[in-house]
Amino acid sequence: MPERAMAMQRVAFALLFAATALVGLAALAAIGVIVVRGAGALSWEFLSAMPTQGMRAGGIFPALVGTLELVGLTVVFALPMGVAAAIYLTEYARQSWLTRLVRLAIVNLSGVPSVVYGLFGLGLFVMFCRFGTSLLAGALTLAIMILPVIITASEEALRSVPKSFREVSLSLGASHWQTVRHAVLPFAIPGIMTGTILGIGRAAGETAPILFTVAAFYLPRLPRSIFDQAMALPYHLYVISTQIPNIPLTQRYGTALVLLLLVLSLNLLAVILRARFRRRRQW
Amino acid sequence: MVVDAAPATKMAVEDWSVWYGPLRALTSVSMAIRPTEILGVIGPANSGKTSLLRSLNRMNEINPSFRYTGRVTLDARDVYHDLDGQDVRRRVGIVFALPLPLPLSIRDNVTYGPRLRGERNRQGLEELVERSLRAASLWDEVKDRLDLPAMKLSGGQQQRLCIARTLAMEPEVILFDEPCSGLDPISTAKVEDTMLQLKARYTIMLVTNNTKQAARVSDRVAFFLMGELIEVDRTDVMFTAPRDQRTNDYITGRFG
Repeated sequence: MPERAMAMQRVAFALLFAATALVGLAALAAIGVIVVRGAGALSWEFLSAMPTQGMRAGGIFPALVGTLELVGLTVVFALPMGVAAAIYLTEYARQSWLTRLVRLAIVNLSGVPSVVYGLFGLGLFVMFCRFGTSLLAGALTLAIMILPVIITASEEALRSVPKSFREVSLSLGASHWQTVRHAVLPFAIPGIMTGTILGIGRAAGETAPILFTVAAFYLPRLPRSIFDQAMALPYHLYVISTQIPNIPLTQRYGTALVLLLLVLSLNLLAVILRARFRRRRQW
Repeated sequence: MVVDAAPATKMAVEDWSVWYGPLRALTSVSMAIRPTEILGVIGPANSGKTSLLRSLNRMNEINPSFRYTGRVTLDARDVYHDLDGQDVRRRVGIVFALPLPLPLSIRDNVTYGPRLRGERNRQGLEELVERSLRAASLWDEVKDRLDLPAMKLSGGQQQRLCIARTLAMEPEVILFDEPCSGLDPISTAKVEDTMLQLKARYTIMLVTNNTKQAARVSDRVAFFLMGELIEVDRTDVMFTAPRDQRTNDYITGRFG
């Protein structure tokens, strides 16, 4: 290789490596700062106590429970609808301008800024449906936000089930629906689960969609029903970081760390599940 | 040998043509399949053998670009007009070229069809499993491990499991689509033995790339070339005195 080309190659490698290293460093630094500053705040009490002194002290119990309930309710809405839509799109819908339009809509839905979902939820669920600021309105808003994630993952999972399974099932006298139900869906479940968990991770971490639809500024009790407001971790973090003066740093970073651990462990769970099912897969 | 004046017909195709999109796969084929015979279907790749096979139990319809003209009958009733597709597939079973067990246990593979048809009786299903696996000459090899994943079996065993699975639906006709193409000679011999035993009770059509296999197991043989039926006759006649030069060329290995 001529010397000039060699030099160019070295420069290119160096640049590419630097870019990669920078990405890793940025992620590590962000996590590192939060862990170092927040670890001191972590304790059983921090997780299980109500906030006190105008959130300057005490724990994050209601925000943690609020987020878990919100996310649970979101899955209840988003999973059946997302899987149903994916089944329709992959197993039933014929290629037409309508299905292409629906697919386009789904892709675009995943590009909508989350604050827009928040406004949409405010308009539709809080005001029009008169759910008020409530777990229900927040969960429905988050459900719409993560639907594209679930639909896309489920479609991929369904499509990765070999076509031959469908042929075999049909050839054994099964109906179309029986084939989907018994020869396709069971083998797509790992992929659907992975996508759902990733969606949950996203829902747990978002602030904007819950801002107008569910989140309470300060509510030192647990929500009584799905029509009740609730505190939530991301919004709580926003409040104590910007809206209230003189809050100890550990309180903020402790909250950030809990949120981070929650989301990261969800993502990790998704990765582990995917790896396990890949290994056990027999076809 | 007594030749029946008008042999009974189990299935028939009449002036049957098939297209996939713009591609014509079969051209005006007419032939009959008689009860309790093995009808071998031979011919080079792309001669329309598999299209014919998949026409008989409407598996073709999975392909959205499939079109046809003509008639297929089962017991003199029009398969595409008088009968329901799901019903047809229950009565006309198929065994595919590759062993395709579902990733379920051996038992659940065998009972797949009957269970979905609504069979719930455990005792009945157990008996059905044994009967089907025996008929497919697999029972002795798997009777102690029916709950094992079917994917753990060898290729030949998997293919016999697929035969058992088809038998469990208690069909009237069984279509074999090159069932031994992926198997070693010993497994092939076992599958062929199975077919010969099944002949007593079922009507069988065997599509094969292996001319010798057709000679070994078929009662009659049909030769296809480029979507057309060239001729169909008793196996001994086809292999000793075919009427068409092209049949003779194919059988003697001059092309294909």
